Amino acid sequence: MSRGDHDAGRRRLLRAGAIAGVGAGIGAGAGVLGAGAVRAREDAPGRSASATDASAASADLVGEETIPFHGRHQAGIATPAPAHAVFLGLDLRPETDRDAVLRMLRVLTDDAARLTAGTAPLADTEPELAAAPARLTVTVGFGPGLLQRAAREAPAWLAPLPAFEIDALRPELGDGDLMLQVGAEDPLALAHAVRMLLKGLRGAATLRWRQQGFRRAHGAVRPGTTMRNLFGQVDGTANPQPGTPAFDRAVWIPEGPFAGGTSLVLRRIRMDVDTWDELDRTGREEAMGRRLADGAPLTGGGEHDAPDFAARSENGFPVIAEFSHVRRARGVDAADGGQVIFRRAYNYDVAPDPGGAEISESGLLFASYQADPRAQFVPIQERLAELDLLNRWTTPIGSAVFAIPPGAAEGEMLGQSVLE
Amino acid sequence: MTASIPARRPVLLALGLLGLAACTGPDDSDPTPAPGSAGSDDGGSADSSGASSAPADAPIAVADAWVKAAESGMTAAFATLTSTADAPMRLVGARSEAAPTLQLHETASDGSGGMSMKEKEGGFEIPAGGALVLEPGGDHIMLLDLAAPLLAGDAVEIVLLFEDGAEVPFTAQIRDFTGAQEEYSSDMDGMEDSGGASDGGGEHAGHEGMGR
Repeated sequence: MSRGDHDAGRRRLLRAGAIAGVGAGIGAGAGVLGAGAVRAREDAPGRSASATDASAASADLVGEETIPFHGRHQAGIATPAPAHAVFLGLDLRPETDRDAVLRMLRVLTDDAARLTAGTAPLADTEPELAAAPARLTVTVGFGPGLLQRAAREAPAWLAPLPAFEIDALRPELGDGDLMLQVGAEDPLALAHAVRMLLKGLRGAATLRWRQQGFRRAHGAVRPGTTMRNLFGQVDGTANPQPGTPAFDRAVWIPEGPFAGGTSLVLRRIRMDVDTWDELDRTGREEAMGRRLADGAPLTGGGEHDAPDFAARSENGFPVIAEFSHVRRARGVDAADGGQVIFRRAYNYDVAPDPGGAEISESGLLFASYQADPRAQFVPIQERLAELDLLNRWTTPIGSAVFAIPPGAAEGEMLGQSVLE
Repeated sequence: MTASIPARRPVLLALGLLGLAACTGPDDSDPTPAPGSAGSDDGGSADSSGASSAPADAPIAVADAWVKAAESGMTAAFATLTSTADAPMRLVGARSEAAPTLQLHETASDGSGGMSMKEKEGGFEIPAGGALVLEPGGDHIMLLDLAAPLLAGDAVEIVLLFEDGAEVPFTAQIRDFTGAQEEYSSDMDGMEDSGGASDGGGEHAGHEGMGR
């Protein structure tokens, strides 16, 4: 068996493990990965002892793991969120016409397919940096400007969100004609991928904004653990689980040119960690409606147990307060409640303005995926804008909405069903 | 181990897969898989680009083929050619509707510490079962007097011409590339050519009368 065949085989196995991990929940994914690694070693009978040792050592490397690029849905949504992500917003150049959009997307598709497979794209001047993709994913979204340039109708919901009272939006942190979400467990693989993708795009588009975020490092907590934000809160407990019918209903567009796609609402939410410091633990938990220690609702149980919104304290007040984030987000007191979104957020923590008194500039890249942002995201945001105690410490400063086309089959271009 | 992960996986895949294909014999009617699509499980090279291969009976497979985008004048094509032939094959030329003249070029030491590009006398030999890598800074195919702009995201059809008369067509994807410098400075020692070149990243020699 040739070296290439062996590597391909091992990648397949690792990838199978990664896929299984999506739906299997905590622990199970890691188990499958382990099994794949063992199989991979057995698949290399011709190797010398030292080579086998090297193979065994490498079998645990997350750098070699890949997430399939091709498929009905784009990767980077239902796939486990890796430790690092970069969101890129681009504006098409004035001269970029429909043909140029299609050429751009052909290059982007090919570059993304190669990079996510651990293969250097064509014309890569640093191919060694592509060799360990570390679960790299590239997810592409279209703004209204791209569809207009390509002479295709945009979904009715593809427009900036309505203005909310809580917003303090900075235009340079929002909107755009084209969006890339690039994620990986390894920041070097991520940086290289971002650079290569942008080199392929710059003939047709310019960079409007770049937002970088992080979660726990790979291996720091067990796979499937709900992330924590920089307020210390367990963040995203209510998410539907990828692989379930509830997730599919909430996220994937069922029909039309975008069938199999979704929408991304990306909100940059500044978190005022300095005033948050002034709040004691009880106040923090009441603002959220959940315990900080484990994310469980204040009415008890574990993180994933349902909150009891009817429960009242000895004093007659709701245990989960009417102003709490979890109660407002779910709309339990509203006639139009019950919307479901899939949030796949990242923390940011960047340098504060030089010369100022601030020691932190922190927050959340709140990435929310849903089939219809007007029907799902907007009602939630409206309720939260109206009343949510967390608003005291959080401010949306960037906002963008993108249409995410379905995944590409091999030989297809991303967005083919939408643009051709 | 990380360092030893092949950076050019499609090349290795091509070698492996074509090795298997060769075992079935030259008369086998199964098409020789394009390296990219045959390696589809490994992703990228399977995409629409860069992996266009030869007809089923051709002993040369072409992978990762691309051309540097150019508005006019010269540019260069790069690819990995893999042979399944029983004997050496000699690449002696190429043609394309994208340009009236194509030349095979090599990079060589100019004898004074620098590198220069020049037309390869007699072409390139590809050993039986071996490979030829055409890359920036190395051997490459020059396209001279482009018929029309070559835009990134489009593709160019090129036919490789072999000494034994075999012709191997392939599709090369066009990519923006800032290496393979288009202009080489006119004050370089030994440079008599002031035409624009897009040739693989170094100085060029022997282009008198070519170009724009």
